[in-house]
Parts: sequence; structure tokens; C-alpha cells
Amino acid sequence: MRLRIKEHPILNFEEEKKVIHFTFNNLPVTGYEGDTIASALHALGIKKLSESSHWKRPRGFYCAIGNCSSCSMIVDGEPNVRTCITLLKEGMDVRVQTNKGEIHDK
Amino acid sequence: MINKDLVIIGGGPAGLCAAKMAAEAGQSCLLIDRNRTLGGQLIKQTHMFFGSEKQFAKTRGIDIANKLVEDVRKHPDLIEIWDDATVVGLYQDKVITVLKNELYIKVQSKAVIISTGASEKVLAFENNDLPGIYGAGAVQTLMNVYGVKPGSRIVMVGSGNIGLIVSYQLMQAGVRVLSIIEASPKIGGYKVHASKIRRLGIDIVTSCTIKKAIGTEAVEKIVTVKLDEKWNEVPGSEKEYEVDAVCIAVGLTPLTNLQSMIGSEMKYISELGGLVPVIYPNHETSIENIFSCGDASGIEEASSAIVEGYITGLLASKKLGNVHPRYDELMDEYNTQLNNLRNGPFGDKILNGLKKQGA
Ligand SMILES: Cc1cc2nc3c(=O)[nH]c(=O)nc-3n(C[C@H](O)[C@H](O)[C@H](O)COP(=O)(O)OP(=O)(O)OC[C@H]3O[C@@H](n4cnc5c(N)ncnc54)[C@H](O)[C@@H]3O)c2cc1C
Ligand code: FES
Repeated sequence: MRLRIKEHPILNFEEEKKVIHFTFNNLPVTGYEGDTIASALHALGIKKLSESSHWKRPRGFYCAIGNCSSCSMIVDGEPNVRTCITLLKEGMDVRVQTNKGEIHDK
Repeated sequence: MINKDLVIIGGGPAGLCAAKMAAEAGQSCLLIDRNRTLGGQLIKQTHMFFGSEKQFAKTRGIDIANKLVEDVRKHPDLIEIWDDATVVGLYQDKVITVLKNELYIKVQSKAVIISTGASEKVLAFENNDLPGIYGAGAVQTLMNVYGVKPGSRIVMVGSGNIGLIVSYQLMQAGVRVLSIIEASPKIGGYKVHASKIRRLGIDIVTSCTIKKAIGTEAVEKIVTVKLDEKWNEVPGSEKEYEVDAVCIAVGLTPLTNLQSMIGSEMKYISELGGLVPVIYPNHETSIENIFSCGDASGIEEASSAIVEGYITGLLASKKLGNVHPRYDELMDEYNTQLNNLRNGPFGDKILNGLKKQGA
């Protein structure tokens, strides 16, 4: 949880939030209620979310508001989920996406 | 198919204010925003706003958002709100398709106000696609909405107001801003913001740009380089920074996918941030009953987005037959406010752009 803001002069992040359990590439990890998948991963120091489909270059998020699709991952078997705007839910299975994503992946 | 007379796409300051005026005029409307929280850019702004008292200057952006949302929620009978709903299509017969709860919904409208705001520009340099290189808006969303730091050592690219303000917000969140670099010889933003930053000990390096990023899974280092008067790289002036994040704040461009999709006439106007719809005197685009306001029709500020929103709300309701009881008085008042705002420090540039944008 090294990237969580603990003290802030204006905003209040101190309130205890519910812990949400999920898996990242099969690894059990946690985030907080109210997180998006991307913010929870980022807080854990996980920045690479996908690979570019052709050159397999690492990709993280860029806009964080659903504009650019740079944060696409496979979530519960569904590819091309924009994880920067998708709320984290208990038990989610989140994976790095390394291809364009196939409909029948689901 | 759902029928709605007036649909407002985007619930930032522009859209919220348009909805408020429509309701006051007795015009019902549907306000759609893809975010879970209404307020647009404002929900990430922890700083006190600049501008005029009339548009909430000296109030924090988040508090302005709350105030505007409260105004809209006062009219539950006239303003229907769909949040977490993305408009994905806008067609010539004024049918709007919306993605909500994984369902496609079709809405037949009579008039539409497009107030979708802006998206961030990107910058070309070697390895600019490495994870850890984020737009300024993303950095703000991550910090101020989710309470997560983008990294611990960061370099800011761009010294406009956004670059300066976000640098300040980064420091508030406990992130070390190593340096702000700016390609032009002059700092882009207001002097007050720049001085505040300098007092915190952050260096602002002008005539300097980012040459490349280095890293395997994410950014680990960047190389900057100085630029001469002709914007050519100065050999030997490279400097390396060890970073775990880079923030790109090189400006915004109007989000005009919907205006383009419906085929309204567009123009490239650099003063307004890029491709914008041509705007007719009553704030319509070249297509009748398709209105556009706020950053979505030219990058300005929240203060002008608010006033443009009010004006567009008044005009659109009038067009649909609902005239605000104080229509003339309010139109005068808001037009005066807009003129005053555009007399500010960046006003000339905006006025120049608007001259080109008018039909
Ligand atoms: C760091 C920073 C500091 C700033 N400081 C100031 C300041 O001090 N003073 C000032 O006056 N201004 C300031 N601004 C500028 C101000 O925030 C913007 O000009 C203003 O928010 C524009 O309002 P808008 O309503 O046009 O767009 P936005 O606020 O961008 O709102 C657009 C809305 O549309 C929604 N949307 C977009 N596309 C769709 C779609 N397809 N379907 C559904 N919804 C959609 C978005 O979710 C968003 O809520 C600042 C901006 C930034 C980034
Ligand atoms: S980061 Fe741009 S869509 Fe998610």
C-alpha cells in the first residue's frame, strides 16, 4: 500500500475503507472499496496493465477517464475492459492483456 | 426508444449550468454523464479557483462542483440524471445511443447540448508509451479521487496553469516533483502559481523538453534537453533524471467525437485547442438544434464554461418553446460576464479564436 496517500492538507483519505480481495494474474491481492481496478493495481505498484498487440510493449494507463483504452485488461474472462473506469469488485479475476482480445475469450 | 425533448451530454460545469437554466425555464431535460460523479474536471480541483467572484473564484473546484450539482438536484421533476452512462452515438435524426449498465439504450431527442469537455494532448518522444507516463488529468484523478500517488519522484512536462497546479497538488500529496520543464522560453501559466511553486523549491526549467524515457516495464529514467531560439536541441545539454513517473501537461483539446459524428461543420483553430465545431450565433452547431458549449467547443476555463452553459440552456429551451421568465435580463447579464472574463490575461487569444469559429 506504499502509494496510498495517508495525509493530505485538503482532502480526507484517512477514513477506514472496506478491503476488497481480487486476483492479479492469479496472485491474490487487495484494494479498497471505491477503487477502480487500475487505481488499486497502481497503489500496489503494478503499472503494466497490458502489452501492445503487435510489438508487445508494456502499457499502463494514460488518461484515467476512459478516453484512450491504454488500460485494457482481461477481467473475469472479458477482454478490453477499461480498468481505469471499472470499479473493483470482490473476487474479480484480473489479468494482463497481451493480444487484441477475442470475443470468445469469455 | 425513449423520447426526450432536450438531452444534455456531459455533466461538467457547462452541462450542469445548461440543465439548471433549462429547468428554470420550465424545460425538462435528460443530463447524461459517463462518470459516477457529476462535476467534470471540477471534482479533481482542490485549489482555489481564479477568475471572478460571480463564477465562484476563491472557491475550491470540488466545492464549486458540489454547489452546481446541488442546483441541478433542486429540480428532480424536470432534470433526469443518468450517471455512469456513456453516449456512444449521435445521429442526424437526433437519436442518441447510450451505454448504461452494459445495455445500449436509444433516446430520440428534439434538441441536444454537447458539453463533453476536453481530452488531453500527448507529446511525441522516444518511449512515450512506457507505463508511468501519465496525462496531468490522470495524475489528478488518481490522487484526488482515489487517494493514490502516481509515484514518488516525478518530472512535470509543461508549465501552463495545469502543469503548475498539478505540481502543487503532487507536493500536497507527498510526491517529490524534481523539476518542471517547459519547451518555450517563458512560463505558460499565471505568475502567482509559478511563484508558489518556486517557493516550494521546485525548479522550473524553460527552453527545455523531454528527449526520451528509459525503462523496461515502466519508466525508470528520463533524458531532457535544452532548446535554442529556433527550438532545435542544444547538443551536450542533456540531463538525466531518475523518476518513477512523468506527468504530461501540454494542453487540452476539445472532445468533439459527437459533433464530428453527427456531421457538424468543424474547423481547426489552434487558439481554441484544435478541432472545434463552427458555432452559430445562438450557440448551435451547423446542424439545427445541436448545441455545443464549454471546453467541448473551445478550451477556456470553468468560469466561462459555467456562463456558456447558462446561455446555451436559455437558448435551447427558448428554441423548444420554453422561454425563461427573465430571459432578456439574464442573457444580457451572462453576455456581459463572458465579455469581462475574456478581457482577462488570456482573453486576446480566446477572442481571436472565437472570431474564426463564428459562422
Ligand atoms: C488542473 C486544472 C486546473 C484548472 N483550474 C482552473 C481554474 O483555476 N479556474 C478555472 O476557471 N478553470 C480551471 N480549469 C479548467 C476547467 O476545469 C475546465 O475548463 C472546465 O471544467 C470545463 O467544463 P466543461 O463542462 O466544458 O467540461 P468538463 O468539466 O470536462 O466536463 C465534461 C463532462 O462530460 C462528460 N462526458 C464526456 N464525454 C461523454 C460521453 N460521450 N457521454 C457522457 N458523458 C461524457 C465527462 O465525464 C465530464 O463529466 C482547470 C482545469 C484543470 C485540468
Ligand atoms: S487510461 Fe485511458 S481509457 Fe483507461
